[in-house]
Amino acid sequence: MAEKPKEYWRWDEYNWRNPDIDWRKAKIITAGVDVGSVSSQAVIMADGELYAFANMRTGSDSPNSAINAMNWALEGTGMALSDINFTVGTGYGRVNVPFANKAVTEIACHARGANYMYGSTVRTVLDMGGQDCKAIRIDEKGKVVSFLMNDKCAAGTGRGMEVFANLLAVPIVEVGEMSLQVEEEPAPVSSTCVVFAKTEATGLLRDGWPKEKVLAAYCSAMAHRVISLLERNGVEKDFAITGGIGKNVGVVSRIEKELGLTALKPRYDTQIAGALGGALFAKALVEKGTKK
Amino acid sequence: MIANYGYKDGSGDFFVIIDTDKCMECPEKPCVAACPENVLEVMIDDYDDEVLAVREAFRKKVKYSCGPCKPAGKEVVRPCHKVCALGGIKHSW
Repeated sequence: MAEKPKEYWRWDEYNWRNPDIDWRKAKIITAGVDVGSVSSQAVIMADGELYAFANMRTGSDSPNSAINAMNWALEGTGMALSDINFTVGTGYGRVNVPFANKAVTEIACHARGANYMYGSTVRTVLDMGGQDCKAIRIDEKGKVVSFLMNDKCAAGTGRGMEVFANLLAVPIVEVGEMSLQVEEEPAPVSSTCVVFAKTEATGLLRDGWPKEKVLAAYCSAMAHRVISLLERNGVEKDFAITGGIGKNVGVVSRIEKELGLTALKPRYDTQIAGALGGALFAKALVEKGTKK
Repeated sequence: MIANYGYKDGSGDFFVIIDTDKCMECPEKPCVAACPENVLEVMIDDYDDEVLAVREAFRKKVKYSCGPCKPAGKEVVRPCHKVCALGGIKHSW
């Protein structure tokens, strides 16, 4: 039997629970479920404190992805779905979360989530998601002041990075570090199209470029790409990155260098920002008296 | 809020820029009726404000939907800009 090809793009799916919180003592339990194009997250909060979450790949069926993520977040907590007072669905599949009480856009949820994750000084949020990229400016309460989203092109997104990880047979979690192992920064590859960037990279490999240098050229292209979006929307300190690419030091450090700003260090997984924001929206809605 | 609806691709930047704070001051929203392509709509945003937005179906093709109102090389004021007394709508191209 033929061996299954290795999936270098595959990242670790996991769940997490805060052992210091007893959810039974909480007055308000809320949840946010972010069904994205590539990954899905479910976040549970107890009285506005992060209690548990799960982060996994989105399957071909959005409602099932939402259910699976939520079940995994609930696993081992002793909590049932009926214990949750209010759930907000967000992300591409936000209208397909069967148990959500309300749908909120991922732009508003990432803004609110970043405010919680990074603190009230954040003014510019760059969300680098699976298949889109968002530049968001927010106020001290995490409310959106301006936004710009690009979801027409995979350049500057997580999926683009997955394509490169597979092309170069480098595990996706190692791409960032590896891209920094170059003596001199190469010129970026095409920053407007992943397909063209891949073609260009194949040519560079044929010319004898080492993987590190090709990855540096791609990470640099990705940084160029998102900076043009950030500048269109305006950049103000403090700056933070959410989404999966926020974990790629190769892209983050190049964005920081070009912007002349250091991104704030996250307290939690950058991928959960949207779902976290959803759970915070849910809490605000419960406090406002919104019924399920 | 400044909402940028549209995209950036290999051919350029194509964004319809809406200042939703100005929309909230404008109860009539004449821009919706002025758009010959029916690109604009009134919606309730995430903060429960009644604002203007580009319809979902047009967000990835505004270059083409808004193109006929301002042919390349011609200095024409787009109909949506003309009726917006508060100057709340702009195009990036």
